Amino acid sequence: MKELAYVRASDPAQAVATVADDPDARFLGGGTNLVDHLKLGITTPGTLVDISHLPLDGFEETADGLTIGANVRNSDLAADRRVRAGWPVVSRALLAGASGQIRNQATTGGNLLQRTRCVYFQDPTTPCNKREPGSGCSAAGGYGRYNAILGASPACVTVHPSDLAVALAAVDAAVLVLGPGGRRRIPAAELHRLPGDDAEHDTVLGHGDLITAVELPASALARRSTYVKVRDRASFAFALVSVAVALDLAEDGTVTDVRVVWGGVAHKPWRAERAEDALRGRPLTEAAVRAAADAELASAAPSSDAGYKVPMVRNATALAFRRLVPALAEEDR
Amino acid sequence: MTDLVPAPIDAKAMGTALPRVDGVEKVTGSAAYAVEHPVPRPLACWLVQSTIARGRVVSVDRSAALAHPGVLSVVDHTDAPRLAETDNGELAILQDDRIGFRGQIVALVLAESSEAAREGARLVRVEQQEEPAEAELREDNATYRPEKVNPSMETDTETGDVDTALAGADVVLEQTYRTPYEHNNPLEPHATTAWWGEEDGRDRLTLYDSSQGVHGVATALAPMLGMEKEQVRVMAPYVGGGFGSKGEAHAHVMAAALAARTTGGRPVRLAVTRQQMFALTGYRTATISKFRLGADRDGRLAAIEHGVLEQTSRLREFAEQTASSTRMMYAAPNRRTSHRLAVLDVAVPSWMRAPGEMPGMYAHEVAMDELAEACGLDPVELRRRNEPDLDPEKGLPFDRRGLLECLDRGAARFGWAGRPREPRSTRDGEWWVGTGAASATYPAMRQPGNVARIESLPDARYAVSIGSVDIGTGARTALTQIAADALSVGPDAIDLHLGDTALPPASVAGGSSGTSSWGSAIVAAAQQFRTEHGHRPAPGLRTEAGAERGDEAERFSFHSFGAVFAEVRVHRDTGELRVPRLLGVYSVGRVVNPMTARSQLVGGLVMGMSAALFEESVRDPRFGHVVTQDLATYHIAAHADVTGVEAEWLDESTTTFTPMGSRGIGEIGIVGTAAAVANAAYHATGIRVRDLPLTADAYVG
Repeated sequence: MKELAYVRASDPAQAVATVADDPDARFLGGGTNLVDHLKLGITTPGTLVDISHLPLDGFEETADGLTIGANVRNSDLAADRRVRAGWPVVSRALLAGASGQIRNQATTGGNLLQRTRCVYFQDPTTPCNKREPGSGCSAAGGYGRYNAILGASPACVTVHPSDLAVALAAVDAAVLVLGPGGRRRIPAAELHRLPGDDAEHDTVLGHGDLITAVELPASALARRSTYVKVRDRASFAFALVSVAVALDLAEDGTVTDVRVVWGGVAHKPWRAERAEDALRGRPLTEAAVRAAADAELASAAPSSDAGYKVPMVRNATALAFRRLVPALAEEDR
Repeated sequence: MTDLVPAPIDAKAMGTALPRVDGVEKVTGSAAYAVEHPVPRPLACWLVQSTIARGRVVSVDRSAALAHPGVLSVVDHTDAPRLAETDNGELAILQDDRIGFRGQIVALVLAESSEAAREGARLVRVEQQEEPAEAELREDNATYRPEKVNPSMETDTETGDVDTALAGADVVLEQTYRTPYEHNNPLEPHATTAWWGEEDGRDRLTLYDSSQGVHGVATALAPMLGMEKEQVRVMAPYVGGGFGSKGEAHAHVMAAALAARTTGGRPVRLAVTRQQMFALTGYRTATISKFRLGADRDGRLAAIEHGVLEQTSRLREFAEQTASSTRMMYAAPNRRTSHRLAVLDVAVPSWMRAPGEMPGMYAHEVAMDELAEACGLDPVELRRRNEPDLDPEKGLPFDRRGLLECLDRGAARFGWAGRPREPRSTRDGEWWVGTGAASATYPAMRQPGNVARIESLPDARYAVSIGSVDIGTGARTALTQIAADALSVGPDAIDLHLGDTALPPASVAGGSSGTSSWGSAIVAAAQQFRTEHGHRPAPGLRTEAGAERGDEAERFSFHSFGAVFAEVRVHRDTGELRVPRLLGVYSVGRVVNPMTARSQLVGGLVMGMSAALFEESVRDPRFGHVVTQDLATYHIAAHADVTGVEAEWLDESTTTFTPMGSRGIGEIGIVGTAAAVANAAYHATGIRVRDLPLTADAYVG
């Protein structure tokens, strides 16, 4: 790998200033993704600014919920009793990802900023607009089993790999960012973006922006939430599709409020707003869930390799609702 | 040295679960692997690979690499040491400007550290001229008929009149089954340490190599380097698995040897990366098996036809013997098998655990399941009805044909009785549940050219030496037990030495032949030692001997058999597959060490299940290389997938085959397993998937 400078940041502001001043600098968190990229030559930064030791590793109970430091390890976040009770989808999503060793190392902020596992992005000898803008997209017309079915563009057809990001979007979480221009707060569902004609950028963050924390607002929705991940093997695999559902149900079975977010289908966690709209204010039934998913999937445009994701995400959505509402009437299919 | 036909030995140490004699070294990390041996002032070597599938190297710009701190030199085809022989197109690297596949070695970078070497390799600029390439195996590729298939079997066979028999059959099954490219992926990536020196005025090349056969590496490299085999010393004291991919030297071994030739004697360490393994260290070809089975209404086969289409590399032929087991598995008067190869501009395929039997028996055993259904028969009963009296290929009696015993015992253990005949008839909550069965077989093989040395030591101990390799199977332990019984001493009186060409010649750890081949030589040497030196020898007496074969191969057909039973659950919403139960029952002759044997058989079952559900090397024909080139995208079974795997064996001994009574266990566990899983997945869902791997895509709906 290319030789590089290593800077151990003294505090978040200094870390941000150091990276912001140097186009070749990158933050280093848990390193579970970036270090692979250094070895593979996917990225060749001149300077790594290590933020993994900064005291951004706490849980803070607030009036609205819980604030998670960006350096909280995935394993600690998943195991936290408050998270498991108040935001079960977050814990389940984390435990559905990676392996025990990786979860011990990976951070909350880093999880959200991991890059795609598209095989062409991972291979510097093949064209990839995300790795090398303008070089072309090899995944379109190539190995497409993991490709997006929603929101793709000719520039990029890949999906975002984070399970956590899908869960956070379902509980109205927010990401706190410290950047060269100061602090700001970004709804988790708006952190990631669709590729359009710019495949290079996964998120709305700019160079030098540092995620410092994630806010989890407490809600009835978040308390009744779950995560279903469909994958090729029983553990340690990225999602073929995944579904995060958060549900607030009136006593009569009417949907008071709902979030449906899909992973493995788009360049970002896909908030299925059309599906949510179809469900909100109506009695919750299996048929209603399936119809809602179909409404969202009307705009799906899968390649032949990824066509299976359409029925799979529909079924997984129904499964997620059944897990939340065991009494949900099941209809013949 | 003498060769003799060894007499059968009694089992005292054999059959006991002796813990691995090298277990402490391995779990404490003191066992040194190929690039861990301390050598003076080692240089790191990194490979530069082609990024086109076919063409030529126009130029190699080394300037940026050489300017990088720590980089000492770059070697390419213009200045690499010349080889004396170049017939082996895989090993004859850097001899000309031709590029034969994407990922081929086109230059080497030598540096003071592996980091500097790797960055140097990234900085080498290779200008390539691309030519049209063909890298996709399709049903309509141009093909040819190889002269032989691996290792030296007939390419085609024909008995009777298949077409007439099929025309007159009550039931005809005609289907196509496909298996994907698969990569061996042993835990330890391939790696070599190499250095040159002089001995007795002649060049001498020394290698630590992660290899399944040190003598084979020396034999392959020496003539290419213009040397006698004795001038090449190869050592492999510990090897972290191979699954066939270390059975022969691949290009990186030659790269290390050539690189070390240029350093003035400094040793060179070359560690292949996981990604590079997908281009350079062998793989299993994809296979397309076209089956035609004809049977009467009772399921008795009248005709078996198995036509195989697979691929080889333009650089070097490898013809997988995919239809070999079809020739001997079931009775049928009319039979035809054939192999055809497409020549592609791809990396050279090679051995992967049970080459031939694994993809071939997958196809055959799914076809049998389909035939059973077509005849309205239980799948186990169908196999019983097609049990041959003689080996249908050789016309010889089987010395031991334990198939039906394995099927019966497995069916009883598994709870096969009462299985619903109809598919898609059992649901447990969210899961469709099914069961499936398949037969397994593997030929018993003993390789020629094995010699063992026995030397008496003080205190009634014995040094037993043979130049074989323990690749993690437990061979070092099993051979210790065999030597103990052959010398009528306890295993703790044996000092076993292996993994070095300075020791007597030994065949490759492959073809499930290691224990049979090396063990027979050890028994022969021990018996000769006793003849020469008696039972109370003075220290320092030595005997070398090899084991001759008798005429048993002219009288009998020697095969191991097995039966695999699988339970598969398929999620009715997501299509995900799980295998909660997998049972293999085997007839493999005497089991020398039940602990290490169980590891081999369970490991084979796991690998077969992994092939059924996960493993697929996806080659992108636009580029020519495998794009799923890491363990995040080339899935193998993870711990959570392996929940209820059991292996057991029949209590038996085949001393007609080896003096120990053993027949080999390394490969049979992977044979038939994917078929049992596929048959169970069909039974669960009613959806017949004939192309591996079986993934959720095919079952979701």
